[in-house]
Amino acid sequence: MGAAIFFGCAGIAFGPALALVVLTVAAEPLRVIVLVAGAFFWLVSLLLASLIWFISVHLSDREDAKLQHGLLIFGAAVSVLLQEAFRFAYFKLLKKADEGLATISEDGRSPISLRQMAYVSGLSFGIISGVFSVINVLSDSMGPGIVGIHGDSPYYFITSAFLTMALVLLHTFWGVVFFDACEKRRYWCLGLVVASHLLASGLTFLNPWYEASLVPIFIMTLCTGLWAFFTAGGSFRNIIKCLSCKQEDDSRVLMYSALQVPLED
Amino acid sequence: MITFMNNSDSEEEPCNERTSLMSAESPPVPSYQDGLQASEAGEAQARSSRSPNNIADGDMSDSGVPVRESALENEEEELTLKYGAKHVIMLFVPVTLCMIVVVATIKSVRFYTEKNGQLIYTPFSEDTPSVGQRLLNSVLNTIIMISVIVVMTVFLVLLYKYRCYKFIHGWLILSSLMLLFLFTYIYLGEVLKTYNVAMDYPTLFLVIWNFGAVGMICIHWKGPLQLQQAYLIMISALMALVFIKYLPEWSAWVILGAISIYDLMAVLCPKGPLRMLVETAQERNEPIFPALIYSSAMMWTVGMAKPDTAARGPSQQTWDAGLLACHSSIQSKTRSPVSTRPITSFEELEEEERGVKLGLGDFIFYSVLVGKAAATASGDWNTTLACFVAILIGLCLTLLLLAVFKKALPALPISITFGLVFYFSTDNLVRPFMDTLASHQLYI
Repeated sequence: MGAAIFFGCAGIAFGPALALVVLTVAAEPLRVIVLVAGAFFWLVSLLLASLIWFISVHLSDREDAKLQHGLLIFGAAVSVLLQEAFRFAYFKLLKKADEGLATISEDGRSPISLRQMAYVSGLSFGIISGVFSVINVLSDSMGPGIVGIHGDSPYYFITSAFLTMALVLLHTFWGVVFFDACEKRRYWCLGLVVASHLLASGLTFLNPWYEASLVPIFIMTLCTGLWAFFTAGGSFRNIIKCLSCKQEDDSRVLMYSALQVPLED
Repeated sequence: MITFMNNSDSEEEPCNERTSLMSAESPPVPSYQDGLQASEAGEAQARSSRSPNNIADGDMSDSGVPVRESALENEEEELTLKYGAKHVIMLFVPVTLCMIVVVATIKSVRFYTEKNGQLIYTPFSEDTPSVGQRLLNSVLNTIIMISVIVVMTVFLVLLYKYRCYKFIHGWLILSSLMLLFLFTYIYLGEVLKTYNVAMDYPTLFLVIWNFGAVGMICIHWKGPLQLQQAYLIMISALMALVFIKYLPEWSAWVILGAISIYDLMAVLCPKGPLRMLVETAQERNEPIFPALIYSSAMMWTVGMAKPDTAARGPSQQTWDAGLLACHSSIQSKTRSPVSTRPITSFEELEEEERGVKLGLGDFIFYSVLVGKAAATASGDWNTTLACFVAILIGLCLTLLLLAVFKKALPALPISITFGLVFYFSTDNLVRPFMDTLASHQLYI
């Protein structure tokens, strides 16, 4: 029972992420480096947020439960804002790296485009965020135990897994939209990404009322996914073309003309 | 230690994709066949040993030769970077594998987390009542351990300088014998005990004998590259497990910090033992030494295999239990790329070998850090993962510095610093935060 729950929840939480990594990231060394560096940036943001929360808790009254809950909400909000700030910092770093790679390469184009880096950085934030949220829960799910014996919800593991999956996908989509917004200087898009992150995190405060937290979060994931798809240049026509697997006719026509001696000036 | 060796790694024998056995001996110096090739290769080599900043100042005049020279340089620079990412991954994979083996063992086999005495190198016990006394004991343990390492390293450098190769070989063979047979036997015994699997002595003897004998051959003589790499990863993991078991808590952390400082000094100071080792090896045109070096060399030639540009990395990988500090080194072997020459149309573009080497001591200490995090941190997996990411990023940065400075660089300091910072901060700050969030099922 323990192993089944473990593998099932791990599969739910990290299945999409693993598939994305294996299919799109693992083959290219540069993308793997961007992935690991993104995880590092997220970790640093988490460190700072934990520091702020830790200090605030130690400066306050430990016994007051409401205050502690308020401080937790404050800590979560600070963490979200710091994550987005570090996403911006990572964007700046990647942009500089992109320029560097472009100047060094033969044909003046860098081997990895900023859009690909946006996608990989979003994925890296998502994976490390998901892993940090759920790995201890997963390792506990293997061992002996009964869920919800003190009156909590018995669906803890499975809902955690679904929330993690949503979070991973959300981070990926936010990464794409965020980088595009920074690139095109559309600051309202940036604000919208930050606001939706805050909203997603805030909705989890409604747990264990899962109808109010899980369903809106999944709807938000879907909408953000569509937004990211259109931002990345996708369109309805692209999908149809991809699904129909039609070979595109080469519309370039080569014209052969008789050799002519060039006019001399 | 990261070195950028241009002259000492050229071999005579041609090597094509089918050659998968890698010899463990020192490779001979190449013989240049074509005079023109030699001069161009020589020019490119001399240029590549300059700092890359000079490339920007290259003369872009109309004369053919300087333009071609700077074009060659640019191409070299680009090849360095194009292959740079690949090399980072070629080191990420073995380091990750080693850490996975160590963490998996720590989490499942209880033997390696039980306290059963200490090494003689760390005589002071940490079971003292006061914090100050414990700290003092761990500092004393560190001083003793580092002095032992310094003495061994200096002894090794002296042996190498006075060409006592037989002594070094014998020493290294003895220590790899101990690792491959004795430590493997203990490890296998503990794993079988954990999973309650019975194994009779004849089977055990057969398994250990085959494992050890093939390991000795692969490491000290010839063997397929991947098998060599696998054996090196396994012996690094075994050594790291020994350290995790026998080093007391606080001493382990202080030792990790001290050894990165020692590594920094030994490699960068003019009179540092490791730097002298590198320089002596370069003078003699030998690869650095039958020390523990993990080589990730990949070799392939496309088109005509030219004798002087054949790629074969020496893979002397032997291990000595006492020579830990020597092997904190990364070497990047680059060869001057042979570009298509416009003058002759018969030559084809060849790809060069680019192998990166990392000392096994680095593997061991990275794994010790992550293994200790897995063993002792109450934050369980979060701390382990944070240390893992920190070490990988440190390795990445070190390789970036290698690409920039192109000389011997220590591999431990950046990674271990990041690892230590992340360990202590994740264990003390992040863990309570994430635990509180998880208990309310909150996500950030």
